[in-house]
Amino acid sequence: MAEIFEASSVGIVEPQLAKFEESLALECGHILDSFELVYETYGSLNKNRDNAVLICHALSGNHHAAGFHSHDEERPGWWDEYIGPGKPINTKKFFVVSLNNLGGCHGSTGPCSENPVTSKPWGNNFPSIRVKDWVQSQARLADRLNINSWAAVIGGSLGGMQVMQWAIDYPSRIRNALVIASALKLSAQNIAFNEIARQAILTDPGFAGGDYLNMKSAPETGLALARMIGHVTYLSDDAMASKFGRELRSGSFDDNLSDTIEFQVESYLRYQGRRFSGQFDANSYILMTRALDLFDLARDYNDNAVEAFSAAKCKFLIVSFTTDWRFSPSRSREIVEALIAAKQNVTYLEIQADEGHDAFLLPIPKYFQTMSAYMDGIEISLNS
Amino acid sequence: MRQDLTQILSWIKSGTRVLDLGCGDGEFLNELKKKSAIEGVGIEINQDDILRAIGKGISVIQQDVDEGLSNFSNLSFDTVVMAHAIQVVHFPDKVLMEMLRIGKEGIVTFPNFGHWRCRLYLAFQGRMPVSRFLPYDWYNTPNIHFCTVKDFEKLCASRDITIKSKSMIAGSKFSSFLASLWPNLFALTAIYRLAA
Repeated sequence: MAEIFEASSVGIVEPQLAKFEESLALECGHILDSFELVYETYGSLNKNRDNAVLICHALSGNHHAAGFHSHDEERPGWWDEYIGPGKPINTKKFFVVSLNNLGGCHGSTGPCSENPVTSKPWGNNFPSIRVKDWVQSQARLADRLNINSWAAVIGGSLGGMQVMQWAIDYPSRIRNALVIASALKLSAQNIAFNEIARQAILTDPGFAGGDYLNMKSAPETGLALARMIGHVTYLSDDAMASKFGRELRSGSFDDNLSDTIEFQVESYLRYQGRRFSGQFDANSYILMTRALDLFDLARDYNDNAVEAFSAAKCKFLIVSFTTDWRFSPSRSREIVEALIAAKQNVTYLEIQADEGHDAFLLPIPKYFQTMSAYMDGIEISLNS
Repeated sequence: MRQDLTQILSWIKSGTRVLDLGCGDGEFLNELKKKSAIEGVGIEINQDDILRAIGKGISVIQQDVDEGLSNFSNLSFDTVVMAHAIQVVHFPDKVLMEMLRIGKEGIVTFPNFGHWRCRLYLAFQGRMPVSRFLPYDWYNTPNIHFCTVKDFEKLCASRDITIKSKSMIAGSKFSSFLASLWPNLFALTAIYRLAA
């Protein structure tokens, strides 16, 4: 129970829904006649409308980035450590917008929404979505909110890919790009982990060929397994060692009954998997991992990232974490290298952190200070 | 503002691209930006320094100069500066060549170990010189490659590096006069403007 909020919390927030009746042409060729985006805002837009910040979520994220939906909500939004009054993304200074991406399962149009043609849920017939489509739909949301240019667009992991796409697709609408623990494109190893996760879902009988919503079934086991695989790759070996080690949750090594032995890490992973499968839609998960796999910033620019970045006008902050092996520092250095060659204004830090890829969500002191210092330096109009 | 930096400022034209190796907290690039509207990039390894540079709005790449500068393409900068940092790198000669590959010109400043005080200290104390400017003991110093004015010029000659101009800082006016005659004895800090 969070009865009284700390001064650094945005407090109670209420999601809003934006309906777009104008059609959206997707990269895959499909045209969405209309769509909806659910979003939250924190702080207030100033008179010149130049203090807006867009938060782009990662694979399993959503629009609820900060604050609480009710006094009974146990946990605040997923990036509450960073968003709030006096926090690095300071809501006393900035007007923060956080949305659930198209294809998501937390209120924006996606596989769980009704297909207007069939009047049934889209399910796996929902069109394939690319990072570029997300950015285009986010630009529509910016139009709706009368935000001509973002003071900053910020995202980690898959969110960072959206940030880079913003810098290229709408160079005059973004002034600072904060790309955290991300990559120009996924490596084969990275795609492989996504494919294992997808196969776990696809082979679950409850998946019913993607039509589980109509069939009243659910690929709970498959989705939980997908999350377990993902989760392991978001942590570092050291982080798992210090968090769980070889601690037992039940059973004992002494009685030689290996059947009764359950390691803490097993129990933790199963719990995470179960929790996730109760909150997330399997078709959305497949869609999001596909968007990750297919992202390749340079593809439209003769496979040349330098050429891709040459049109950008914003400043860049690139951050990576030492123990992140899913989006390793060398992936971030590729981004930095391309930005330098494209003569862009870039700052890069490699943060010492034990937490692996998950570090981008956590309040690690040097990372926290970096975000604060960078965000504090962003110039906005002082009128309110 | 450090005297060597004032000298470097006068050598850099406005509107040019400057790479500062070992930029520290970005003080120099910040002055340079204010005075001559240059486009500056710093390289630094110390994160606390980088954070202070971010606070000044300076763009800094966290990178270890000792691990190479291959991520910077040929002649992608007008000037590459290394102020009071050449003595801390593992391979000063290689870094010097890299500076002149990346930049049209390079500017290097370093403390002159040939200064008469250093010589006297070593001669009479019989120990590695420790001073206000070089406060470290031999075993914990980041300065692993001290050189004298003569040493540096010999290295430049051996690598066919052109010395376009140089300037010696010596403290008082009289010392400066002496340093102009005998730089290796009287210069505290040597400043060189180099080209490949």
